[in-house]
Amino acid sequence: MIGAAPVLPLARDASSRFLPWLIAFMVWLATLALAAVMVLSAAGLQWREGLTGSLTVQIVPTEAMDATGLANRLSRAVALLRATPGVASATIVPDERIAALLEPWLGRDALSGGLGLPVPRLIDVTLTREAARGNFDSAALAERLKAAVPGAALDDHGQWLERLIALANAVEAIALAVLALISLAAVATVVFATRTGLAIHHDVIEVLHLIGAQDSYVARQFQLNALWLGLKGGAAGVVFAAGTLLVLGYLAGRVEAGLLPPFEMSTAQWASLAGVALVAAAISLVTARVTVLRTIGRMP
Amino acid sequence: MDDGGDVVRFQNVGMRYGLGPEILHDVSLRLDAGSFHFLTGASGAGKSSLLRLMYLAHRPSRGLITLFGHDIATTPRATLPSLRRRVGVIFQDFRLIDHLSAMDNVALPLRVAGASEKQIREHVPELLRWVGLADYIDSRPSVLSGGQKQRVAIARAVIARPRLLLADEPTGNVDDGIAMRLMHLLAELNKIGTTVVVATHNQSLVTSFAYPRLHLADGELSVLAPLSAGGAERRAEAAPAHGAAGGAP
Repeated sequence: MIGAAPVLPLARDASSRFLPWLIAFMVWLATLALAAVMVLSAAGLQWREGLTGSLTVQIVPTEAMDATGLANRLSRAVALLRATPGVASATIVPDERIAALLEPWLGRDALSGGLGLPVPRLIDVTLTREAARGNFDSAALAERLKAAVPGAALDDHGQWLERLIALANAVEAIALAVLALISLAAVATVVFATRTGLAIHHDVIEVLHLIGAQDSYVARQFQLNALWLGLKGGAAGVVFAAGTLLVLGYLAGRVEAGLLPPFEMSTAQWASLAGVALVAAAISLVTARVTVLRTIGRMP
Repeated sequence: MDDGGDVVRFQNVGMRYGLGPEILHDVSLRLDAGSFHFLTGASGAGKSSLLRLMYLAHRPSRGLITLFGHDIATTPRATLPSLRRRVGVIFQDFRLIDHLSAMDNVALPLRVAGASEKQIREHVPELLRWVGLADYIDSRPSVLSGGQKQRVAIARAVIARPRLLLADEPTGNVDDGIAMRLMHLLAELNKIGTTVVVATHNQSLVTSFAYPRLHLADGELSVLAPLSAGGAERRAEAAPAHGAAGGAP
């Protein structure tokens, strides 16, 4: 745009009316996909940090074992654990807590024996920071525990954690693929809109070309228009996405803790989501410029 | 290199559109700086095609074209706009931009060349006054008559002081009175050193001005002497028609 009136009235084109809406829709999808990547990435990290530093020992009571025998085994196991290098703490999970955990599924009598189920007793083990970083040999501890306390089993959550993180990584990869596909779709949309503009204004562009306009002069008009449309569409898309995420965050907050990954984002993460609008505008600008230069480059 | 001598030189130039038949065959010519030529020939003889080659709207299918000393086949693409800015073109259909005012249409060559708005506000109204359109500076082409549009087109063609002015049937859409005024305007520009080529099939114009003719027939070019003329010719004779066209050496 130069002087009193734009030489190419691109703002009046039909494509200038629908393009911001298409960009808004794509930015909305891209922002949600990026938010999913951030949430899952943070969740994976949190799960890993939370579970790699802890172990659970379970002792399953047998029919021949009375309460005293069970208590003895628990005490022996705790003593062995506390004597193990790398173990920061070993605490028997109180019966009340086990009962509370089982109550939603088995009712109040799960531990009292009324149901006749051999409910295992649990010991929470916390490792020191150094041990949690990978030096701890949980397999050796499991063997020693099994030998010292019959019926004791050690769960380092490794298998469960591995599957959970694999699932989170897969979902994260899919979200990134969605992000890439949305970017390609945005590029294709801007290419077609720009080509439409070039066709509509072909006569004017030819006059500009013949009176000595550089290709970049024409490209600049298209790219500035695309930048403006990209910013408008991008801003709308980010606002819609922020609203969507706030609603999702509210709904996720109402679900029982532990079932869903933590739906929390830092200020920096919110800022990077807002940056999607700028990226969309930049993609629009560059795509329009390249499209115009390639098309005009075919003129004599 | 711009040698300051011949402005345009064609050597054995052939031209065709796409895979179609050859429109121009073995055209050789030289236009010296400050010359004035009519370009004549029947409709379809190739006059517009020859002009399109001169204002770099089309590439020849064979032969050599030199513009201001630059061989256009080897001139880098980035340099071509600067050559085009030295060429003013009055298109047969004017090719004004409908949504721009007369002022903005005329200012276009200055704006693409990066002139400041101050320069534009100084020079464009002055030129529009010179072509008799002082009262139409803010008018859009849609409200102008054919003659007024033509004068806007002329003003746009000359605003950047081109060294070569090409006019394609400039009198095709106007009555004889305006046509004569236009020719005198072009003669005035020629007097200040602009090389001018006017494609026309208006025989009365050609006979009224004593300028040599580039004549196209069946795609072949010949250079003819001026036709004899009356009073108007004497005026034209006063304009120095420097240089001449002829076969390329």
